[in-house]
Amino acid sequence: MPAKDGRSENGDVGARGEGAVATTPENLAELYQKMVLIRAFEDACQRAFRQGKIGGYLHVYTGEEAVATGFLDAYREGDRVITAYRDHPHALLLGASPGEVMAELYGKRTGLVKGKGGSMHLFDVKRGLMGGYGIVGGHIPVGVGLAYALKYQNTDHIVQLFLGDGAINQGAFHEAANLAGLWGKDEMCPCLFIIENNQYGMGTSVERATAMTDLAAKFDSYAIEHEKVDGMDLLAVLECAHRATERVRESGRPYAVEAITYRIAPHGAADFLEKYRTKEEVEKWRERDPIGMVEKRLLDSGDLDEERIEEIKQEAKREVEEAVRFAEESEEPPAEELYTDVYAGEGEE
Amino acid sequence: MAETKTYREALREAMVHEMDRDESVILMGEDIGVYGGTHLITDGLYDKYGPRRVIDTPISENGFTGAAVGMAMMGMRPVVEMMTWNFSFLAADQIIQNAAKVRYFSGGQVKVPLVIRGPNGGGVQLSAQHTHSLESFYGHFPGLKVVAPVTPNDAKGMMLTAIRDDNCVIFLEAGALYGTKGEVEEGDNAVPFGKARIAREGSDVTLIAYGRQVNLCLRAAETLEEEDGVDAEVIDLRSLRPFDEDAIVESVKKTHRAVAVEEQWRWFGVASEVAAIIQEKAFDYLDAPVERVSGAETPAPYARNLELLAFPSEKEVANAARWALYMEEK
Repeated sequence: MPAKDGRSENGDVGARGEGAVATTPENLAELYQKMVLIRAFEDACQRAFRQGKIGGYLHVYTGEEAVATGFLDAYREGDRVITAYRDHPHALLLGASPGEVMAELYGKRTGLVKGKGGSMHLFDVKRGLMGGYGIVGGHIPVGVGLAYALKYQNTDHIVQLFLGDGAINQGAFHEAANLAGLWGKDEMCPCLFIIENNQYGMGTSVERATAMTDLAAKFDSYAIEHEKVDGMDLLAVLECAHRATERVRESGRPYAVEAITYRIAPHGAADFLEKYRTKEEVEKWRERDPIGMVEKRLLDSGDLDEERIEEIKQEAKREVEEAVRFAEESEEPPAEELYTDVYAGEGEE
Repeated sequence: MAETKTYREALREAMVHEMDRDESVILMGEDIGVYGGTHLITDGLYDKYGPRRVIDTPISENGFTGAAVGMAMMGMRPVVEMMTWNFSFLAADQIIQNAAKVRYFSGGQVKVPLVIRGPNGGGVQLSAQHTHSLESFYGHFPGLKVVAPVTPNDAKGMMLTAIRDDNCVIFLEAGALYGTKGEVEEGDNAVPFGKARIAREGSDVTLIAYGRQVNLCLRAAETLEEEDGVDAEVIDLRSLRPFDEDAIVESVKKTHRAVAVEEQWRWFGVASEVAAIIQEKAFDYLDAPVERVSGAETPAPYARNLELLAFPSEKEVANAARWALYMEEK
């Protein structure tokens, strides 16, 4: 399900004023379909994890779907995307097949990175995904460097740099934001910072982790303009994403968006005991489930009926079942792969 | 054709050579531009290439090293200066977790053609936090290449190779020797990695070193010849990863005795690795245990006399050779 290219070029999205509906009913239905698939994918891999079929860590995006879906709708071929370890939806939205992603989680040779990275390290360089990274904040300087290179190489492409609220407290964030602000003065840093503020860095809430909780405002220190968006509302995200993306593209300067969202699922699939938050809190956010909200809008407007909604859910389920089957039936990487890809230009040192 | 140049000039010449040849080569680091570089390696290059290719960074090693990793992943060839290698600890996450590993965990989808360079080791009374030898630290990580040239000619030739390499190269300069002179070949004298240099031919004992300890070994070899009639061979490893095992093994097969010299601490170090390789691959040729000469197990002291004691001396190397030759009791 590749993101639509050029939609922002025809001027019907992003060019409109605040609060304008940022998409057509057809587009909205298509995006709804993508979000449903992401949810089904995450549910399936959590099940597989609990069955012991997926190893290591597994961080799902459940509840946050509107953020990646909205921003990657503004992705144009040639742009680059970099993110942390909650990276499955970014890969899927950029066009990786659910089978390739699931096979990676299963550690199979057919996986997106040949079984060498797993859940936290999805790469799809041909489609613009420069990786998922496992160290909180560690990818942020890398993303700023990608942006510098895009300008140095005389392109008009930008970097969408996704980071979590936890990363805001890392030195790497502050050092990278400072560089972005500096280089932006010379129009050499087309980097869109997208904070996926899901309220928790693992089990520690933003309030307990950061002295000043207005995360977008942290960018003031680095002369980077910013805004906040309701990350549960796909339409709000779409409007913001297209506008912000074009702004970065045209200016060569960084810009930051804090998307307020919520991780409905546990931090990692292995975390069953959620002592750090209440059931009531999770339920409250579930009422603003981004998928449910789009579903209601499509039903209310009559653009989709109950029957079609059910079909979409069944299609997603089937697609994910197929992905799981593909992953299960795929072979493990051959033993000789242990020593490949350590150094460029040689099998090994 | 060769001309006498300083180690510093040789490094600069290599960077200019590559920057003229390839627009993707850029320089980054603290004070390398307007200021000309704390060690004057990049002096004049800001005026020549401008601020987009010679980037003055804030004092922010983790940030700018990480940005260089991103640039390299996009096909640029950044050369990052660490004002001293000690400061690279601040950037260790980017160097170890990203630069060294991203090719692997991306399943080979990206390359990181990045050079990180700067003065390594001590010798100029900078005391504990500004003096450190990082060869075994970085040499430990698969995914990184680690080199340590000692002659001006190698400084240039290995820098050319480093910039052209598609991997992250840890380029450990002999910081105390920036002003030393030597013959440097004109033009493209690229020196391949993984090939040691026989700095002095000999038949009685092999002295194995890299970086500025090579000069120490050469002086010790002269002393041994003059005072003891011993003909020592000196091997300059040049490159620690990849590592030229064959050169060591061949030499030990000839001399039957070896001394491994390093400036850094002894535990888990390069000399231990050299001794282990000789034991594994040339055991039957050995006539004596492999001797090691290393730095003292202390943070680097400031006082000149203590600093001299903290690092290997010519005398220690000569003595170790005599032990290996059973000329003296330990």
